[in-house]
Amino acid sequence: MKYLHSFKRILLSLLLLTGVMGTAVPAVASSSEDGKVDVKEIVLGHMSDSYEWHITTWNGHHISIPLPVIVKGEQGGWQVFSSARFHESEDGVYNGFYLNEEKNGKIYEITATGESVRPWDFSITKDVVQIWIVVFIMLAVFISSARWYKNRTVESSAPRGFVGLVEMFVMSIHDDLILPAVGKKQVKRYAPYLLTVFFFIFITNLLGLLPIFPGGANITGNINITFFLALCTMLLVNVFGNKEYWMEILWPPVPTWLKCPVPMMPIIELFGIFTKPFALMVRLFANMMGGHAIILSLACVIFITCQLGAVIGGPLTVVSVILMIFMNCLELLVAFIQAYVFTLLSAVFIGFAHPEHEHAHK
Amino acid sequence: MDSINLPSILTPDLGLFFWMFLAFLTVFLLVSKFGFPIIVKMVDDRKNYIDESLRKAHEANERLAGIQQESERLLQEARDRQAQILQQAKATGDGIVQEARNKAQEEGAKLLADAKTQISVEKENALREIRQAVATLSVEIAEKVVRQQLDKGAEQEKYIERLLNEALAK
Repeated sequence: MKYLHSFKRILLSLLLLTGVMGTAVPAVASSSEDGKVDVKEIVLGHMSDSYEWHITTWNGHHISIPLPVIVKGEQGGWQVFSSARFHESEDGVYNGFYLNEEKNGKIYEITATGESVRPWDFSITKDVVQIWIVVFIMLAVFISSARWYKNRTVESSAPRGFVGLVEMFVMSIHDDLILPAVGKKQVKRYAPYLLTVFFFIFITNLLGLLPIFPGGANITGNINITFFLALCTMLLVNVFGNKEYWMEILWPPVPTWLKCPVPMMPIIELFGIFTKPFALMVRLFANMMGGHAIILSLACVIFITCQLGAVIGGPLTVVSVILMIFMNCLELLVAFIQAYVFTLLSAVFIGFAHPEHEHAHK
Repeated sequence: MDSINLPSILTPDLGLFFWMFLAFLTVFLLVSKFGFPIIVKMVDDRKNYIDESLRKAHEANERLAGIQQESERLLQEARDRQAQILQQAKATGDGIVQEARNKAQEEGAKLLADAKTQISVEKENALREIRQAVATLSVEIAEKVVRQQLDKGAEQEKYIERLLNEALAK
């Protein structure tokens, strides 16, 4: 009975929330021309990189943090200026640069001949800021935890509280994930990289779930990031892979007719060098992008249904908010699982590149 | 590629890639030098330390058990020795007592014998003296008795002596 009562209360507050959100619809809807909610644009817009950190829109005003733009155009050298400059001028052009809405709002330069070209663009975008926030969180967490040990010896007691949590988390990843996959011999060499990858992805995923400033940017759902991480793993595997690893690729232990006249297996194995990191890249990207897209789409459902009227909008909003809560919980899980899976597969690939410890056992 | 116009999350972006590279390199270098290895090493060290401590405790326990056994053995030995010593002491004591007794007996016997000879000598002396005194007395008595009738002569005395000897020999 008690739970039923509190459930009723939650339902009521959700309905009240619906009323508040209903008034907020025009502000968002104003972004599209014909007054309809453009779901695709909202969803992609929220997931995309941008030159400013949009926080909210209040009475038609965009409240956002302008970020520095660093570009090198064809006409001038390197230029650094605030992204707010684009909004100050009437036509949105500053020093020959403008945000090309047709090309995902990226900075383009109008050359002397009137053409639009993409300049060298190393701007500190929203995603870049988010990455650096993750970097600082990681440095703060792990270096401060490591500093805790500085004045302590093995004889002092194990850490408690936050340092204890960090130690437990790090060691569970190290012992349960990395050690079995990489093998005892190589674990010292690769553990720092794999741990860095795990916690980078994990913290990024978690921050991505936050709806406002210190988080909210879609980092791991951006193909550039996952491409970089997969590239790192691929380079590690193939650069440090030992003789047996290359032997297994170029002359795999299969019947000779599979590799002698027509090198079928070697070709497949060589192909595998690229498909493995490609799978890593796409898996992380698709999972994180999908999660963000579902949550954003569910948020859009509120605005779409409220445009159809309060009768349909009210109940559907409640359904949508419940679904959103569910999805956020699921995404919390996915944030961990995807970081775990990426690290695990990276560790397994690295383990494959050092097969000698298995031979030693035989 | 441009004609398809992919969303920006699917578009290669050199700037973002560059910053990602820089940020990841920074965090990787710092954390892999000052972060994870220290934590992992400390935990491994602690694990080894605990293992070592357990091993040592086990050893100490074993040694303690050994010591206990040893001390029990020593105690038993001491007890045995004590009993042995006691027995020995008792035997020695008994011997001493026996010896003392024998000696005392011997001494007593000797004393007794001495006393006996002394007594016999004394008796002899006493008898001689008595005999002399009796002789004198007898002579005196006889003198007194016979003064009137008999002269004192040597033949008289010799006669009396002979008579006395005869009487004593009886």
